[in-house]
Amino acid sequence: MINQNIHLNSNLFDTDKLDQAATRDGFGKGLVEAGEANENVVALCADLAESTRAHWFKEQFPERYVELGVAEQNLAAVGSGLANYGKIPFIMSYAAFSPGRNWEQIRSTITLNDVPVKIVGAHAGVSVGPDGATHQALEDIATMRVLPNMTVVVPADSEEARKATLAIAENGKPSYIRLARAKTPVFTTTATPFEIGKPQVVYQGQHPKVGIIACGSLVYQSILAAEALKHDGVGVSVMNLSTIKPMNESAVADFARTVDIIVTAEEHQVAGGMGSAVAEVLAKHEPKRMVFIGMQDRYGESGDPDELLKHFGFTKEGIVNRIKEELA
Amino acid sequence: MTDERIKELELKANDIRMSIIDMLEDAGSGHTAGPLGMTDIFTAFYFELLNHDPQNPDWDERDRLILSNGHIVPVRYATMAHAGYFPLEELTTLRKFGSRLQGHPERHKLPGVENTSGPLGTGLGQAAGMALGLRMDGKKNRVYCLTGDGELDCGNIWESAMFAGHHKLSHLTAVVDRNNIQINGFTENVMSLGDLRGKWESFGWHVIEVDGHNIESFVDAVHQAHAIQEKPTCIIAHTIPGKGIKEIENEFEWHGKPPGAEEEQRFLKELRTLRGKIEASHAQ
Repeated sequence: MINQNIHLNSNLFDTDKLDQAATRDGFGKGLVEAGEANENVVALCADLAESTRAHWFKEQFPERYVELGVAEQNLAAVGSGLANYGKIPFIMSYAAFSPGRNWEQIRSTITLNDVPVKIVGAHAGVSVGPDGATHQALEDIATMRVLPNMTVVVPADSEEARKATLAIAENGKPSYIRLARAKTPVFTTTATPFEIGKPQVVYQGQHPKVGIIACGSLVYQSILAAEALKHDGVGVSVMNLSTIKPMNESAVADFARTVDIIVTAEEHQVAGGMGSAVAEVLAKHEPKRMVFIGMQDRYGESGDPDELLKHFGFTKEGIVNRIKEELA
Repeated sequence: MTDERIKELELKANDIRMSIIDMLEDAGSGHTAGPLGMTDIFTAFYFELLNHDPQNPDWDERDRLILSNGHIVPVRYATMAHAGYFPLEELTTLRKFGSRLQGHPERHKLPGVENTSGPLGTGLGQAAGMALGLRMDGKKNRVYCLTGDGELDCGNIWESAMFAGHHKLSHLTAVVDRNNIQINGFTENVMSLGDLRGKWESFGWHVIEVDGHNIESFVDAVHQAHAIQEKPTCIIAHTIPGKGIKEIENEFEWHGKPPGAEEEQRFLKELRTLRGKIEASHAQ
């Protein structure tokens, strides 16, 4: 059963009728809107303007767009200086490089310094595709959520990415937003509410046995999986945990209380990622049997995004099969 | 500058050195050589060059002094206390639990500390970001970044140097503490910096070399940097690590250790003698 209060697209289960867009596109739109709303918003890019969608902001606000070159360490430090002065800098690169290469600069000049830099990690996950493992960031949720003062957001679709971008522009805190390259179904709408730290139960199963907590593109695949399992007589509920930090512990514990098994699903290493964050909460408040869908301590590889998502189990079928296996 | 003013600043620097010795002995850990070597420059900044207000550390119109090599922060704390940012007595809390004077500086702990630093190589980028923000808003405030020379081993510094040169951040001035030592030994043995002036020039900077213990020359160099409109300026300040205490001058072993109780008394005595020498030299 769909949660009617959050106004998801009415064609939710008819994937062909949903628009397809990448979360980076929603981010690009959100950044322009944030720039219109607040003249302190500035964009810094480490030589990846088009693929991070920073170029849309650049076209609109050339005087607030700054080229950094291929220099991610300096990207973080210059962002820190701008934020310290009073600007709201969005620093953009691929997640594999920022926060991949510049973690220490983020730690000391952004989170310990506690200045509101917005780190935009594009091309996260195996859905990057043909570029291969070097460019498929699978560790960024772990390395960002471990930092005090940091907010970590993983939008589920392009529309949520737009809203999340607007939200982090105004939260006054160091923030990380994780984006994907590949187009995925846009299943939320402009009417769907979004608030940092407010997870949503997007699909409510009948007498649910299983609760899936997902982030990123796996939220939609989990909804499809829940709908498919319903026909097999298995009740499954799905939560979109787009804010991984600050973690809403009570919402996660309350959700877990309604089910027997919690399945976490993320396009990220299972070690240290969203699933680990959920496990930390449940160990304290509501211990549960858990299944971790994610990268099982290995790197990705080249291939078509759909092919890779299927191979690593990041599809409706992959989730359904994993749950059936667990229930068998 | 008048001879009287120079004498006044030299005496102030001597007082600050005494505070540094005192606070480091009290702390029982910390760096001695770098702070003593940079005392004359900090004195020049806080008592002659900076547009600042110790009673209002967050004043929007202030110049920004970014310390990149955070480990020399005792000299910043001591100079700030002498300038009136906080009581001198607080200096003895350095590195102690609950103190605002953290072992490496933290922005949120003490008003007037512009940036958190310690991990080397990140100050210049932060200073460049501030300079850029000021320029975007059409403001004329100056941004200064103090770096060590060992710190120039960090690749991050050169990313930032390239950035500031490319964006022609002319109201940004970097000051390199060229004291030739780092933890493992002399810089030219550990990792040679080679043609340091040529390196900065090739990154698009105007370079001035100066004796970092001649306050008047240093002040002149900063004024000269203000006059350079088309590029940022790097002042390579030649300094003596441990300056003021003969037995530790130029000894890299003193990079990262504090004086003991006996040494403290000896060092303070030497600085008291130095005070007399400063007064005598200007009386002539």
